[in-house]
Amino acid sequence: MVKFDAVVKRYGGLVVLDGLDLEVAAGERVAIIGPSGSGKTTVLRVLMTLEPIDGGIIHVDGEPLTHMARNGRLVPADERHLRRLRGRIGMVFQHFNLFPHMTALENCMEAPLHVLGLSRAEARERAAGLLEMVGLGDKRDAYPGALSGGQQQRVAIARALAMRPKVMLFDEVTSALDPELVGEVLQVIRRLGEEHGLTMLMVTHQIAFAREFAHRVCFFDAGRIAEQGPPDRILVEPEHPRTRQFLSAVLESH
Amino acid sequence: MLFDWAFAFEILPVMAKAALVTLQATIVGYALALAIGLAMALARRSRRRWIALPVGETVEFIRSTPLLVQIYFLYFVGPQFGLALSAWQAGLAALGLHYGTYVSEVYRAGLDGVPRGQWEAAAALNLSRYRTYRDIILPQAIPPIVPGLGNYLIGIFKETPLLSVIAIIELLARAKLIGSETFRYVEPITLTGAFFLVMSLAAAALVRLAERRLRIR
Repeated sequence: MVKFDAVVKRYGGLVVLDGLDLEVAAGERVAIIGPSGSGKTTVLRVLMTLEPIDGGIIHVDGEPLTHMARNGRLVPADERHLRRLRGRIGMVFQHFNLFPHMTALENCMEAPLHVLGLSRAEARERAAGLLEMVGLGDKRDAYPGALSGGQQQRVAIARALAMRPKVMLFDEVTSALDPELVGEVLQVIRRLGEEHGLTMLMVTHQIAFAREFAHRVCFFDAGRIAEQGPPDRILVEPEHPRTRQFLSAVLESH
Repeated sequence: MLFDWAFAFEILPVMAKAALVTLQATIVGYALALAIGLAMALARRSRRRWIALPVGETVEFIRSTPLLVQIYFLYFVGPQFGLALSAWQAGLAALGLHYGTYVSEVYRAGLDGVPRGQWEAAAALNLSRYRTYRDIILPQAIPPIVPGLGNYLIGIFKETPLLSVIAIIELLARAKLIGSETFRYVEPITLTGAFFLVMSLAAAALVRLAERRLRIR
């Protein structure tokens, strides 16, 4: 479903992704862990095309995402190509990034109305259904400012799902939440995976959640995958010393 | 007698008519400035450098030359380049352009104040650039800058007497005309000041009202 091929990303002289290879199958749930600065969030940001890459290529659903074919050669994608393919991917952010001047329902209707071209009634029905699914059916007319962090993040998940993406990206979606609100968000994500079989990439510090929910864990270090495999192996008996070091540091803080 | 009340009342209707001209110039000039300013602010943020750079330079140029010179230039020099504008067209264009540059800086501050996460959320939802500005960015950028924009309404209003140099008979021009016909300047010039004061206060109240209503939302 998603394929990174020798992807390089630099910020100035700093190499954030150093020839990254990563393949994610349809329906697979991949947890990305690693120390800060290891490039794990950048993986999601370049896949969402929020930032261009400096080398390599990313494919989504069998088509090049960062590049397009022109005269039989692959050239960097233009805005039109990106707009066509970006719809296959949805993203949920650490700080929610809800639109503060719109209600929960309007947040979820905006893109279906103006990008997918749904009618107002269709968009409303879809948005209301999704808010129901994330347990916020009674909050549809609330503005983000009136919602708790956990509720805002659930609206953000509904908003991303309203575009019917094939791949969902979760970027540390519980890191900005008070501890008692983490559970309700993870609950929603768990249901998405189990009932809808969405392909998911999540950057997370919730080791316990990654262990029971992810099919595969990738440990990032210095812009590469240092170690990857089933959660029971990576998170319980890692081989790489950096992974061990990282896990003991994370688990200690919990 | 220093101030002749009877004379003042006699010229009041004529002066009131001139005040309407001032008001008209203010409103149209301000509407132009708001539209031109927004266009300038958006153009300067364009990813296409061949748009952003020339617009940026033009804004700097207009801002650092006097409005009076621009009025003269558009009205008297314009025709030599095939740009024959009426006094009203030239005057309003000068007001709109000149104040548009100031207003564009206010818009810029508002646009810069919208958090980056809002742009990223819009991009992740695949919204077009037009939709992103229209539905996401501008509704958040404009409410905080309403006071700043409102100040320029009062600014334009107080600059309208400059239009008298190209024979637009607004308040000050009318006062001078009455003075030269009757040799009495005290009453018309005093009335001019009074009209400006009253309208300024009204405009300030209006800006405060707009501000308060936006804060409630």
